[in-house]
Amino acid sequence: MSDATQNGPMLAADGRPLKASLRRALRRQKMRALMLIAPLLIFILITFIAPIADMLFRSVENNIVSDTLPRTVEALDDWEYASGETPGEPVFDAMFVDLFIAAERKEHTRLGSRLNYQETGISSLFRQTGRDVEDMAEVYEDQFDALNEIWRDGAFWAELMGDPDWFAEAQGAEDAGPRFRINDEMEDRLPRTAEAYRVFARFTQNEDEDNPASERPWPLVHAMLYADLTDGAAIDAYTGFGAEELTAAKEAVPGFEAPTYREAFLEVDEDWASVEMWGTIKAYSGEFTSGYFLNAVDRELTPHGIETLPSDQSVYLKLFWRTIWMSLTITFMTILLGYPVAYLLANLPMRKSSLLMILVLLPFWTSLLVRTSAWKVLLQQQGVINDILVWAGILSDSGRLVMINNQLGTIIAMTHILLPFMILPLYSVMATIPPSFVRASKSLGATNWTTFWRVYFPQSVPGIGAGSILVFILAIGYYITPALVGGTDGIFISNRIAYHISSSLNWGLAAALGSILLAAVLVLYWAYDRIVGIDNVKLG
Amino acid sequence: MKLKTILMGSAIAGVSSMAFAQDMASDMTLVSWGGAYQASQQKAYVEPYLEMNPDVSITWDESSAEAVAKLRAMNEAGNITWDLVDVVASDAIRLCDEGLAMEIDFNEMLAEGDDGSSAEDDFGDFIVSDCYIPQIVYSTAAAYRPDLLPEGAPAPDSICAFFDTETYPGKRALEQRPINNLEWALLCDGVAKDDIYDVLETEEGQDQAFAKLDTIKDDIVWWSAAAEPPQLLADGEIVMGSSYNGRWFSAIEEQDQPFEMLWDAQVFDLDGWIIPTGLPEDRLARVMDFVRYATDTQRLADQAKYISYGPARASSAPLVGDHAELGIPMGPHMPTAPENSENVFVYNYTWWADYRDDLDSKFQAWLAQ
Repeated sequence: MSDATQNGPMLAADGRPLKASLRRALRRQKMRALMLIAPLLIFILITFIAPIADMLFRSVENNIVSDTLPRTVEALDDWEYASGETPGEPVFDAMFVDLFIAAERKEHTRLGSRLNYQETGISSLFRQTGRDVEDMAEVYEDQFDALNEIWRDGAFWAELMGDPDWFAEAQGAEDAGPRFRINDEMEDRLPRTAEAYRVFARFTQNEDEDNPASERPWPLVHAMLYADLTDGAAIDAYTGFGAEELTAAKEAVPGFEAPTYREAFLEVDEDWASVEMWGTIKAYSGEFTSGYFLNAVDRELTPHGIETLPSDQSVYLKLFWRTIWMSLTITFMTILLGYPVAYLLANLPMRKSSLLMILVLLPFWTSLLVRTSAWKVLLQQQGVINDILVWAGILSDSGRLVMINNQLGTIIAMTHILLPFMILPLYSVMATIPPSFVRASKSLGATNWTTFWRVYFPQSVPGIGAGSILVFILAIGYYITPALVGGTDGIFISNRIAYHISSSLNWGLAAALGSILLAAVLVLYWAYDRIVGIDNVKLG
Repeated sequence: MKLKTILMGSAIAGVSSMAFAQDMASDMTLVSWGGAYQASQQKAYVEPYLEMNPDVSITWDESSAEAVAKLRAMNEAGNITWDLVDVVASDAIRLCDEGLAMEIDFNEMLAEGDDGSSAEDDFGDFIVSDCYIPQIVYSTAAAYRPDLLPEGAPAPDSICAFFDTETYPGKRALEQRPINNLEWALLCDGVAKDDIYDVLETEEGQDQAFAKLDTIKDDIVWWSAAAEPPQLLADGEIVMGSSYNGRWFSAIEEQDQPFEMLWDAQVFDLDGWIIPTGLPEDRLARVMDFVRYATDTQRLADQAKYISYGPARASSAPLVGDHAELGIPMGPHMPTAPENSENVFVYNYTWWADYRDDLDSKFQAWLAQ
């Protein structure tokens, strides 16, 4: 500030500019503070924030399609859903290779389940075809075998397709042998065969831990060899190992019986002709998808754009709305019931208030399930409350109240369970309100009500704020109690999240629902901060 | 994916610390359902196995209900801590689909039947997945309380009594999921048993099933834990309900509740073992040894002494004896007993694997309406 009036910056005792020196000292202090909390910070980061972030990331992650069917996804680029026609031969050829490899790796069923979330029937289609795809390829294997027995021989194939140096090392090697390297010349002359053989060799080495030099290759390799040879592979000038066999095979292949893959697929299942099915694969071929989030708000990403789900299938928006209004109701109920209790706790003589405190804390020490089950016994139609009302003649036997397995049941049970979370912050705030204020107000002539409303209540508002935030945030994520006493219309969005995590295994949708819930809580928190002010919250 | 690397690291550390074990690991973690069912497994084959192999220790984990989700998480973290997991058939199919369960070579890995039949023939139709070794057959069956029926009403003899609120007024308990309920609704709406899944595949068929359920919607108490319906029936909250037949058996025979079974259109389901993929060799060897023993003819028949579930091996059926404590013959209480299984509904696992998501969201939306 006064720097400008002097010739140079103000200097500290050691000759450095005072500002810099001050900054350094402060930084060192900050670092020390950071070091102190570092263990906790790292612990939270690893055990809390990272798993949550990883889980939430699943709501957009979708690389399973492009990872499992890379060739098909590429081939589908040239196809338009709007054309209304089944994709052409190249797509089926690519699908055959992808599906064969996926079936060997047992990944096709996983992909099927993933796509089945979007289009019913894809799961069984993939499972069924995965079983038959080997047969499609064996057609070629058998014909090559019939032509020359050598095509059955693993060592012959390895010498033909492998790099000569690799083959020399691999021959007779233990276990998986040295890492497979492809013969560059073969890669030029028979590109598809080489690719298929490489996938086979890597798989044999990595998954089965066998040596490809002695393993008979997959029928897929034979099928690709057929494809290369009929495409006019440049092997005429080839003189290396196996040239004779290859030339003979090239002459023979035009006589092979070879159904197109399209025919073969359609023979397995006619659904392969379905434009919808291909459209779904194309729509979900990206690395990321908005599909889960759309599902979470009762929309759907279809090949022809975003569509609203029919009302008989939309549940989530309704559930979100219900979760929020019921949580608000529960929060309000706990304020209503908790405020007088907290007031008594804070104002009764020590001995009585300790007794009351134990009564408040007692439910904390009881299992959640026990408390919830107790409410069942009390509230059910043949339960204690109904029995007493009937016995007292207030209700007729046929007019017993329905108080459980509906929203009322959830609100009653959750209000009880969450009550301590309201009472305790309220109590801790009320305990700090000096009784002299109340006495002063009364001595100045205020009525009891005015004293309470104008003097006592405003000072207890931070407690209400803290209790409300606690209760509301806990309530919005509850799922055990609603599941047990909520029946059909008293369940929360968290029950659906739990269902998708543990039963349907649709983790992407669960993550999307969870992200929306998290965002809703953050927005409400922000709104609360704007309206009430977070500084007005006192947790103790 | 920093997290994954860390988890993987700890998994590798865990595995290498066990490398000193010899051919067969001496620890095994079995996953089951807890309660009477797990007790029957403990008595029928875990205890005898431990007697034969005193150096082995077995830990139970009662997590079968969340087995699929937990196995998936373990697989992603690269640290499989379970050796053998008890799951229902539909979960086994999904685990197999996800590549989380090992494929089983039945004849190679399992014991022959006592009657000399190969394991594959002995389990027969109960082999519903390549990865699944069935142990027992249970069923979702109905029961009612005769004393709560209106006077003069005939004893219900068909599952359609659930849909007949005029003759049998009062609440009825059904499981809160579309499976079984939609089939029963169609069955009672006049659809032939063999056509049910074909009908249910169509939009109109689904609407028909929901429309039938609509007629009793206000009278249904939905349950999600199988222990609820016997409790509700004992309390007089409902007049009839569906639950697993073992739960009804224990309420009727062990707790003397005045219930009657309604063995109509009971839905068979299976419970059995899967072996997680990716077990280290020594642990796998131990599991294979145990499974071969625990699923042989005698052991499966022994299990029926403790719980009223039918053994999944055909060759075990003649060996089923009396209840271990009550001393009553167990044969007539088995869901597979001829007089109980006159009208069985065969539940289509693969169909449900495909349609579960769709119908579940429809079901939830229908419930919420």
